[in-house]
Amino acid sequence: MGLEQNYVSLEQISLLHNRFKQLSQNEETLRRDDLKTIQDLESNPIRSQIIEAFFDSRNFQKDGVGSVEEIGFEEFLTVMSYFRAPPQHITEEQREKIRRSKLRFLFNMHDTDNDGTITLEEYRHVVEELLSRSGALGRETAKGIADAAMLEVASISVGPMAPDDFYEGITFEHFLKILNGVEIETNMHIRFLNMDATVLCK
Amino acid sequence: MELKMFLLVSGLLVGSLVALGGASGSPAQGCTDNKGDGIAKNSHGTAKNENGTAKNANGTAKKSFPVLSLDYENVRLPFEISLWVLMASLMKLGFHLIPRLSSIVPESCLLIVVGLLVGGLIKLVGEVPPVLESKIFFFYLLPPIILDAGYFLPIRQFTENLGTILMFAVVGTLWNAFFVGGLLYGVCQLKSADLPDVNLLSCLLFGSILSAVDPVAVLAVFEEIHINELLHILVFGESLLNDAVTVVLYHLFEEFSSANTITATDVFLGVVCFLVVSLGGIVVGAIYGLLAAFTSRFTSHTRVIEPLFVFVYSYMAYLSAEVFHLSGIMALIACGAVMRPYVEANISHKSHTTIKYFLKMWSSVSDTLIFIFLGVSTVAGPHEWNWIFVGATLFFCLVARVLGVIGLTFVINKFRIVKLTSKDQFIIAYGGLRGAIAFSLVYLLKCEHFPRKNMFLTAIITVIFFTVFVQGMTIRPLVDLLAVKKKQETKRSINEEIHTQFLDHLLTGIEDICGHYGHHHWKDKLNRFNKKYVKKCLIAGERSKEPQLIAFYHKMEMKQAIELVESGGGSKLPSAMPSTVSMQNIQPKRSSQERALPQLSKAREEEIRKILRTNLQKTRQRLHSYNRHTLIADPYEDGWNEMLIRRKKMKDLEKKMKNYLTVPAPPSDSPSIARARLTSDPQGRGLKSATKIIPSIKVDLVSPQNPESFNVEDEFRQKGSQPKESKEEDGGLTMKVPSSEKQKKDKTPDEEPQQRLMRCLSDPGPAAEEEEEDDPFLP
Repeated sequence: MGLEQNYVSLEQISLLHNRFKQLSQNEETLRRDDLKTIQDLESNPIRSQIIEAFFDSRNFQKDGVGSVEEIGFEEFLTVMSYFRAPPQHITEEQREKIRRSKLRFLFNMHDTDNDGTITLEEYRHVVEELLSRSGALGRETAKGIADAAMLEVASISVGPMAPDDFYEGITFEHFLKILNGVEIETNMHIRFLNMDATVLCK
Repeated sequence: MELKMFLLVSGLLVGSLVALGGASGSPAQGCTDNKGDGIAKNSHGTAKNENGTAKNANGTAKKSFPVLSLDYENVRLPFEISLWVLMASLMKLGFHLIPRLSSIVPESCLLIVVGLLVGGLIKLVGEVPPVLESKIFFFYLLPPIILDAGYFLPIRQFTENLGTILMFAVVGTLWNAFFVGGLLYGVCQLKSADLPDVNLLSCLLFGSILSAVDPVAVLAVFEEIHINELLHILVFGESLLNDAVTVVLYHLFEEFSSANTITATDVFLGVVCFLVVSLGGIVVGAIYGLLAAFTSRFTSHTRVIEPLFVFVYSYMAYLSAEVFHLSGIMALIACGAVMRPYVEANISHKSHTTIKYFLKMWSSVSDTLIFIFLGVSTVAGPHEWNWIFVGATLFFCLVARVLGVIGLTFVINKFRIVKLTSKDQFIIAYGGLRGAIAFSLVYLLKCEHFPRKNMFLTAIITVIFFTVFVQGMTIRPLVDLLAVKKKQETKRSINEEIHTQFLDHLLTGIEDICGHYGHHHWKDKLNRFNKKYVKKCLIAGERSKEPQLIAFYHKMEMKQAIELVESGGGSKLPSAMPSTVSMQNIQPKRSSQERALPQLSKAREEEIRKILRTNLQKTRQRLHSYNRHTLIADPYEDGWNEMLIRRKKMKDLEKKMKNYLTVPAPPSDSPSIARARLTSDPQGRGLKSATKIIPSIKVDLVSPQNPESFNVEDEFRQKGSQPKESKEEDGGLTMKVPSSEKQKKDKTPDEEPQQRLMRCLSDPGPAAEEEEEDDPFLP
């Protein structure tokens, strides 16, 4: 299993396995509808994107593309492991690796058409989803906010542009750059998965 | 009762009048308070006497009418207070004028030295210098500093590290208190110390007073070293929250010192008391905070007194907590933190600025006065120096702090994601400064129960001096030496904001999928509760429904609009939005008729317009009669000339750009530099096609104030202040179609920024490119 930097312990695995069984109603595979049954997820504005992320084969660390209809426990665990906190004593290089993998996960969530860049349309969609619970005000302002954000990325990443240049979209490198200030490796974690690594998963 | 205190205080401040050499009679410090009252009464008597003689004089002989008379007694108290405040502020001013001094020595040290000098001076003259009276300190000097801290507390970091902060504040302070108290008692038992009468309780009380890290000192020193936010909030949060512990221990030991026996019940009651004091303080603060938020909902018609509500409610929270001996500091913090999000959504932009600046000003003055008075009190107070006791105090204090931090971090790191490194631990231990709160608490001790009060005072002053001077001065080079991470000065970008929100929702979702109710889940629930019920009650109008991202975005826009106006729409480029990229660079090549503008709600538009209106019509405003009840702000009075010069430069720049335009380029080209400054660049392709329409339509923004704008022009004509052209053009304002080239040159200066902003802010209407094209662009 290609889980190099995201270790999960035995205890956590069994807990997650139970949860998996519960969600999939004791079947071997999980479907989108199973995740949609979770009550608490209803009020989450980016619900569909989260669910989609579980079925996106780019996140399975097996160099796949495209989305699948159902996933097994292995894939479930792989996706969950992105939310593991980095262990304390690691080198800078490892830390950077962890950072990149988490940001890649985020990037994949935004880049829905899998062309390697987040275009203006995709970014607008992201902001619209975030503000989807805010009614009319949200919809109208979303466009402006997305545009402003895109302008910012372009300015930071590319610098001065001639009037005829066109900024294709946010590439992964630019994405890394603009999110430099948000300490992803420590912020993107669930406490549940925060126990010391003892064993690689199966 | 109040009169007595009044006279007592006035007597205290006498010392400052070296030149005027006032009447005698500051109350003696130390353990004899009776003399003070007597003397105070005396001065009151003499005042009466003077009046009597005056009357007498009029009655008996026919004296000539006194043209000039000296009546100092009348204004003594306010005069002296003002003198002190003035002196403190001048000192502060002076320090920053001396070039390298403020970078080596922290301000607090300099102020204490000044206090020492002033105290020494007063003593030389023969007066008795005033002492930092505890009542003044706790009721007037401390609250502004704490309110400033509480109102601007970074909630996110604070709550993320709350567990750690509480550990340090509660457990750490308890450990310090008992360790220092216990060991000091041991020392007192030694024959060589010659201190047989200091009992255990006194030592414990002294230890508990000494153990509290002081927020004033921490703020004063940490603010100058710009350390990273985590460490700052840890030490600062600890200094705020340990107030509850200090209050409880203080009262506990004070009670016990008269009782002389402690039972298990007492200990248990002590614990209960602690919970009551801290939670009670927070509840009181929260109640007042909610009241203030609710009040601010209705202040839309009386904007002028909005800041007052913030201050008065907070002060009331502090005083109410003090009535019940609850923790006033925690009440103040809770009040400020609770009211802030709601109040800021309700009040006007100016009130926000007012609150910010008043808080900073008051806390700054308080801070300065506290340190100066510390210096003066050192010179004044009766000292009892005992080498062993003082030395032992200092030593144990430092050792206790270090041990406490190391031990606690060991435990805390088991629960933290971002572990505290040893560098962090060192800074936390080193940043445990003691300050004026400890001094005032010792000063409040009653002499009957604590015969060794003077010795305690001496010891505590020594510790304070040591921590402030030695630790305060050396922390900055140490921070550099250890390469501790410093505060990042970057402004929060909208991308970070979007992704922080996104991450919050993502993590909540993952927690839900896991079936694990972690703290994201609860935070989300709290947010939703807040949005659904609380915000509706406390925020006026439609802003109650405004999601956080939009609020952030509007704030940014507002800032940029203001920056644009401030720079005169001219040569200076605000840094918020890099001006190197404009909308067309990111828009897909297909022509889109849509506006790239955010649709601001009407209220926000109105607010932005108001800001622009007031800022752009300075001259007009000056002629309004000043009315105390409505403020017509005039913030840029001095910058008027500067603005004119800038505009001239800008016009020159425009002219140069025009020269490079060979073809009627798409409108977004030439002023792209200026326009791209704004987040929502209106010069999308769509506008080009609409230029067929007569430009006069775009008047929308200006029309409501049309007559006034016109008057501005009148003003110009009368003053003849146009720097470039002598001829003013009639209707050179925004309204008419530019029929002649000459007209454009003679535009009134505030037209261009107005135009730009008009374009950018509200109008779906076309923007005629008056200023960049030489030919009327009417295809």
